[in-house]
Amino acid sequence: MAEVSLTGLTKRFGATVALDGVTLTVPDGAFVVLLGPTGAGKTTTLRLVAGLERPDAGTIAIAGRDVGTETPAQRDVAMVFQQYSLYPHMTVRENLAFPLRSPVLRIAEDEIARQVGQVAEVLRIAHKLDNRATALSGGEMQRVSIGRALVRRPAIYLMDEPLSSLDAKLRADLRIELKRIQADLGATLLYVTHDQIEAMTMATHVGVLDRGRLVQMGSPRAVYENPVSATVAARLGLPRINLLPAGLFGGAPARAATIGLRPEHVALGPDAPDGRAATVRRVEHLGDQTRLHLDCDGHAIVTLTDPRGAPAPGSTLQIRPLNPLWFDAAGARIA
Amino acid sequence: MAEIVIRDLRKEFGAFTAVRSSSFTVKDGEFFMLLGPSGCGKTTTLRMIAGLELPTSGQIFIDGEEVSQKPASRRDIAMVFQMFALYPHMNVRRNISYPLVSQGMPRAQVAAKVAEVARLLGIEGILDRPVGGLSGGDRQRVALGRAIVRDPAAFMMDEPLGALDAEFRERMAEELRALHDRMRATTVYVTHDQLEAMQMGDRIVVMNHGVIEQFGTPREIYDRPATLFVAEFIGSPPMNLLRFEGTVAAGEDSVSVGGATLRVPRQHGPAAGRLVLGVRPEHVRLTDAGPLRGRVVATEYLGTTQIVTLATPLGDIKARIASSEMVPRAGEAVGIDVVPQTVTLFDAGTGRALPSALHEPGAAHG
Repeated sequence: MAEVSLTGLTKRFGATVALDGVTLTVPDGAFVVLLGPTGAGKTTTLRLVAGLERPDAGTIAIAGRDVGTETPAQRDVAMVFQQYSLYPHMTVRENLAFPLRSPVLRIAEDEIARQVGQVAEVLRIAHKLDNRATALSGGEMQRVSIGRALVRRPAIYLMDEPLSSLDAKLRADLRIELKRIQADLGATLLYVTHDQIEAMTMATHVGVLDRGRLVQMGSPRAVYENPVSATVAARLGLPRINLLPAGLFGGAPARAATIGLRPEHVALGPDAPDGRAATVRRVEHLGDQTRLHLDCDGHAIVTLTDPRGAPAPGSTLQIRPLNPLWFDAAGARIA
Repeated sequence: MAEIVIRDLRKEFGAFTAVRSSSFTVKDGEFFMLLGPSGCGKTTTLRMIAGLELPTSGQIFIDGEEVSQKPASRRDIAMVFQMFALYPHMNVRRNISYPLVSQGMPRAQVAAKVAEVARLLGIEGILDRPVGGLSGGDRQRVALGRAIVRDPAAFMMDEPLGALDAEFRERMAEELRALHDRMRATTVYVTHDQLEAMQMGDRIVVMNHGVIEQFGTPREIYDRPATLFVAEFIGSPPMNLLRFEGTVAAGEDSVSVGGATLRVPRQHGPAAGRLVLGVRPEHVRLTDAGPLRGRVVATEYLGTTQIVTLATPLGDIKARIASSEMVPRAGEAVGIDVVPQTVTLFDAGTGRALPSALHEPGAAHG
């Protein structure tokens, strides 16, 4: 495992700037998740590190070594794609052993068997080792393709939305699994996704990409609690942060154009005696949380409340901001 | 507007029974969800209401009229599918006006209707664009527009948001529900996404293997799951299910689970044998005084809350706690308790909830 550093990385496809001067370090043993919408440059970053694309500017160093001129094979990286790509004519065991049988590595057969057994155990597919790859469910196939990356001990694992084709339950299981495997192996991981839950739950560091630029990097908690811009604030958190005109509640600092209120940062009713009036439009009982959809002076606000004693639709209550975030007209955080 | 009554509806495809004896009522103006995993019969049920499939037996009443053997065209229902079936060679305006033009509505009236629907959906700006270049969300809005413009008695929607990505789906779900709140048209909506059902539905039918497992408001289904299937299908993470051998006497309000005594709602009847204790993650408390012991396996930070996975002798338990709360590190031992009045006990054999102060007899099935 090794530290990976990107410096001023830029990639253009024709007139489109896919990646614009991205500088970031993936520390040794870190689980770095790059989060962003489609077209933010997530996958391009991975492909540049893997050596599948060449940058127009900037450098990539793996374990302190500039890999700019190296082929993908020389870079010592393992990549897992969104679509599992297994050898259909091989068994699970043969698929997992394949990367280890490379003539360059010269690993003894009993050592291969040991490593394959270990990875199969970790991924809970040991009982399927002799199945044909094509006789597996989607979740099992994706676990095998993750396993095929894991049997090698590369400098870094690169993963491109590996869980996105799986159903919700399996995705939740594999999130914990992947996090555990990474921690157990002390593996260095660069993982891209547009799913904020994956980023929040697995990452040691989240990097938020927006139109080819890295706009913020930090622990999930730091990015959630202390976003640098309205865009970042809106990327993490469900329900989304409420972005409202700065003057709605008063007390706005100079230059503030927008107030950002997380749903849990709206004081209600008795907790907001001096607040503004808002009308309850709709109450959603989602079980673990109860969402109130409010209308305050024509602005929609979503907040959370205790399921017991939730106000009725149509009723009016007072609301007041707690711990607001302030943004300027360009969306940059100012307080 | 319409009330839809389904009575003993059954559908067989050869030897396979897709829907067995379903009965439920969709009230006038209701947003009604058919929820379940793939193959549970929800889409078949919807297609029978719409008239795209004929039932093997049973009846369907729309506003009192029995329509089960009538063709789709005579039911005054509009369908919205997951795959936006738009006419690719027509622009947005012509796509939306098509159902009216083909009915022979006068042109001025068509123009007025289309303008009204476009305003309702916020797509006035794209009326003259070809549908080919539209985003997924706009295409779905156009498909909705084409359904709405006819003023049908009811809407049937088959996973209309299924093809959209997660972030956009959330936004469209809000939009669709807000649209329903303005129009109040009876809507039957099929989905396999429990959060979508909880978020949008007035009432939910949960189906599995062609059978209705439970019927009720999102809150009833979440707080008082009638079966183990519902307990596991609803909620993310789902309800914790602790399997144990034990006995419950009538009138008791505690139960011995693998040596630990946990308080539960007062039980109505005796039960014995293989039982299951179900508790939602947000009703699990980490407290040194707790009767159950466990070890922290993992913590997942979610912003507002965090999910803690605990290994216990009874299996893994997930707890949802405020993210402001301190969490013991992975590997540490903790005490675990449950919020007593929220607990459901199930019979592992039948899969059904045991009657209790929480599950009053008869109330469980809607």
